[in-house]
Amino acid sequence: MIEAQNISKSFNGKEVIRDISIKFDQGKTNLIIGASGTGKSVLLKCIVGLIQPNQGQVLFDGRDFTNAGKNLKTEIRREIGMLFQGGALFDSMTVEENVMFPLNVLTDMKNDEKLDRVNHCLKRVELTNVNDKMPSEISGGMKKRVGIARAIVNNSKYLFCDEPNSGLDPQTSITIDNLIKEITEELNITTVVVTHDMNSVMEIGDKVSFIFQGQKLWEGDNESIFDCEVKELQDFIFANNLMRNVKRHRG
Amino acid sequence: MVAKFRFSMASLGRFILFIGSMFVRRESFLTYVKLTVDECMKIGINSIFIVSIVSIFIGAVTTLQTAYNLVSPFIPNYVISLVVRDMTILELAPTVMAIVYAGKVGSNIAGELGTMRISEQIDALEVMGINSSSYLVLPKIIASFFMYPMLVILSAFLCILGGFLAGTLTGTLTGYEYIYGIRYEFVAYNVTFALIKSFSFALVVASISAYKGYFTSGGALEVGQASTAAVTNSCIGILTADFLLTKLLL
Repeated sequence: MIEAQNISKSFNGKEVIRDISIKFDQGKTNLIIGASGTGKSVLLKCIVGLIQPNQGQVLFDGRDFTNAGKNLKTEIRREIGMLFQGGALFDSMTVEENVMFPLNVLTDMKNDEKLDRVNHCLKRVELTNVNDKMPSEISGGMKKRVGIARAIVNNSKYLFCDEPNSGLDPQTSITIDNLIKEITEELNITTVVVTHDMNSVMEIGDKVSFIFQGQKLWEGDNESIFDCEVKELQDFIFANNLMRNVKRHRG
Repeated sequence: MVAKFRFSMASLGRFILFIGSMFVRRESFLTYVKLTVDECMKIGINSIFIVSIVSIFIGAVTTLQTAYNLVSPFIPNYVISLVVRDMTILELAPTVMAIVYAGKVGSNIAGELGTMRISEQIDALEVMGINSSSYLVLPKIIASFFMYPMLVILSAFLCILGGFLAGTLTGTLTGYEYIYGIRYEFVAYNVTFALIKSFSFALVVASISAYKGYFTSGGALEVGQASTAAVTNSCIGILTADFLLTKLLL
């Protein structure tokens, strides 16, 4: 379980996130949703330690990550897998080398074992015959899958996904969403997904937190989200016709 | 003025912290060996062509221009190659090549790191618990430290060879005169001085370019700006270091 407690962050005096506390449950897909520019990605970066918050702390299974010493911080970081918005695959490496990278740097595994593990993870994300391809030679959806394979290759306990559906067509988005959910349940890991895609909320949102102008305004699951009375959340959800129709259909 | 001075001091402080950050949370020794060898290929071997071309032509032109300026019957012809030799060893090979090196390798380092920064590849390394500055930058600096002096030695040789070819093929001086001038009152310390300069310039170019690339933020425009700034600042660093080393060591 991951607990973010009273996280605040300002840039040049402007408060981007304000006193946010959220718990992310193990074995569930935890979603952080909100409009663009509302502070979701900053919150995610505070949680994974890419940005130091001005206030608050993040606990990974009770271990204080924010104020941890270098050794503990490195130990926790090595349990984290992250899927970045653009995939963040290393351009100079092939798909296989990208996925194998955490194993090369962080483990003492033998080459055969590493290759087996890489092939297992690539198979798990439904990618075959792409081992020798460069990131520039594969599609956006494939890049996301390779990113997921790289994130889980080292048996990560925590998986973070920053807008995994951005730039993807609806069908591929659903495939990626389902993959994230399946992997979360299969490996019983704590998954945090930042998104503004309502389809993702409906597909995989075990637990949903809504951020508005740097504050958490609502928390619940994808079943109760339609019944919420927070106006900002309603405006966000029902911004498009599809969701309005869904609500009408649900009565 | 005060704000500019403060900004410069803050940048200098950040640069020092950046250099210091490479030596903490390091990966295994073998990891660095492999990365450094790769960087030696990129930085050193891939620069041989441009260094060779520039060196041969600079040597040739220096010989012809020196001959053009020494038109007195009281000055023997071998003085031309003596001038070429000292200019090459003291300044052309280490310093002028450093400018070329900054243009080729410096901009490449800044561009590569800048692109990695804006495409979140550096963040990906950090999330994995890898010290990105140490992993990405340290091998580049070590490779530069070893490869640039070798390029300078190659450059000096080709510069003198270029001078020989230009001088003899145009009939400016004979081969015997050229070789005599090259060997005349040779000061071995000048080579030591050139190598000290080349080690210093290697560090200046690699560290400044890496710093500019590593702290890029924004998009493609900023990566281009970082590459330009890397070359500009490296050149300023090279010329400042050149002046200080000349004053201190000669």
